[in-house]
Amino acid sequence: MDFIHHLPVLQVIVPLLCAPLVVLLQPRGLAWAATTAVCILSFVIALNLAVQVIGGPALSYELGGWEVPFGIALRVDELSALLLVIVTGASTAATLAGRESIDSQIEEHRQPMFYSAWLLVLSGLVGMVVSADAFNIFVFMEISSLASYVLIAGGPDRRALLAVFKYLIMGTIGATFYLIGVGMIYMMTGTLNLEDMSQLISGVSDQKPILVAAGFITIGLGLKAALFPLHVWLPNAYTHAPHMVTMFLAACGTKVAVYVLLRFDFFVFQPAMDSHAIHFSLYLMPLALLGIVVASAVAMFEGQLKRVLAFSSVAQIGYILLGASLLSHEGLTASMVHMLNHALAKGALFLVVACLGLRLLDLRIDALGGVAKQMPLTCAAFVVAGLSLVGVPGTAGFISKWLLISALMEQGAQGLVMVALVLVSSLMALVYVWRIIETLYFKPAIADRPELKEAPLPLLAVTLLLASLNIVFGVFPELPIDLSKSAALVLLGDQL
Amino acid sequence: MNLYEFLGYYNYWVFAVLLMIGFYAVIAKTNLIKKLIGLSIFQSAVFLMYISMDKVEGGTAPILKPEMTDLIYSNPLPQVLILTAIVVGVATLALGLAIVVRINERYGSIEEHDLLDAD
Repeated sequence: MDFIHHLPVLQVIVPLLCAPLVVLLQPRGLAWAATTAVCILSFVIALNLAVQVIGGPALSYELGGWEVPFGIALRVDELSALLLVIVTGASTAATLAGRESIDSQIEEHRQPMFYSAWLLVLSGLVGMVVSADAFNIFVFMEISSLASYVLIAGGPDRRALLAVFKYLIMGTIGATFYLIGVGMIYMMTGTLNLEDMSQLISGVSDQKPILVAAGFITIGLGLKAALFPLHVWLPNAYTHAPHMVTMFLAACGTKVAVYVLLRFDFFVFQPAMDSHAIHFSLYLMPLALLGIVVASAVAMFEGQLKRVLAFSSVAQIGYILLGASLLSHEGLTASMVHMLNHALAKGALFLVVACLGLRLLDLRIDALGGVAKQMPLTCAAFVVAGLSLVGVPGTAGFISKWLLISALMEQGAQGLVMVALVLVSSLMALVYVWRIIETLYFKPAIADRPELKEAPLPLLAVTLLLASLNIVFGVFPELPIDLSKSAALVLLGDQL
Repeated sequence: MNLYEFLGYYNYWVFAVLLMIGFYAVIAKTNLIKKLIGLSIFQSAVFLMYISMDKVEGGTAPILKPEMTDLIYSNPLPQVLILTAIVVGVATLALGLAIVVRINERYGSIEEHDLLDAD
């Protein structure tokens, strides 16, 4: 009983404390084994927390026994449980599958450091999710960002360094904007606890600093979340990172920033400030739509497999934010479901990239001709996950697109325009996914390529598992939809 | 707001000016080290904002003395927060410089236009 009570904090400190210990595990394979064990443990904790909060009250935890609002509080509700499952699940899948891929891309003597940074990213991300303290979120955000710069810089190509430098500059500006916003709110309210903040803001006589703070926080987190015009760090960082790092970060990295953004805008600002909901929606909706259309269009013309998928990620963040900017229960439900479904689809796709990357050095689409004959299972996983990304009926992607479109339909005439844009972008997704599938299956193999083998068993098994989950959640969508509905209710609170 | 009130907020003006100087350097400078210097100024400006807001007129260090009950204390919390933020800033700068060293090893230059031409 007592132990269960401490799970919210164990979720964060287990990976955090294991990170420095992993550095000491020099013998071959030990660091990987320890990291995988910690990831599995975190996943189990996350599932346990999810089971506790679904249908039950939210869990709150006071660090060191200091009462809210004086101490730092952790809070787990349906929304954070959903994110915890995505983050720890992505990390577990990547480490379980990734040993060979990481071995092939990271020199052996650097691996303990690499895995240590991996655990720091994990603990930073889960810390952002469970924390209910604005400054604590900043610290965890920087822990995860700094460690993810290290992971991305581990990429084999020297261009990874340039990509990571750009990411470091933009990420730090984003985090500093967030810090300015939090400082301004603290100046006006004297609290850092999110719930307390929400109650005190409405009593502040001069709302201008709060408005400025809301702007700073939204833009800062938009940078971290790769919201459309602020996404320029993402494609290069994803392209040149080691494959497994791309898979981990693409499945959950930006979504956690979106989570904090939604938490602030819905939980803190909207109940307390008069027209904040309208401002939020008018600011995000056009950017989300632009991101959906422009990023999908760019993805159609990119020539490198990872870059296509990276631009597609920018578009998917657009879908998630478009659902949220509708401010309705249906819209938020759609964006929550899409967070999970996109994590499944993109996770599976980047695992396929890792499979291909083990056998082929050149991941330009032109070089992938006829691979399906020699790696049939890998390519089958790509087809399933790719169709889920497009939103073909029977896959998980269809469920979230369907929910999003039905939420848009309720918005009247402008909703129809948005539906049209979403459909256009889905067609573009079909184009870029199909272009890759066509090359894999129907184009002739390029001359003098050596015989390819299927990826090693653990990698292949996890890839197929994630791909088949796309079908499972497409045919039986009740579980994610129910969880997302209650997560959306958490955000809307008593506004309904 | 008269002139004296305007000048009375001088820490905040310095904050805003420093913030923009740093931001300008990050965007406009092409040398990666200069970009990092700009980033560092940008972050330090925010530290100044936090430190300014905790000052209470006539306030002293928050050390509780039972025999003196009428003391005014400055707010210690922003200082503690900013101590953490300084650590984050130092870590970011160190990591950034380490990446610049690696870039110099692999490309032989840290000027942005050379790097863009190289690949």
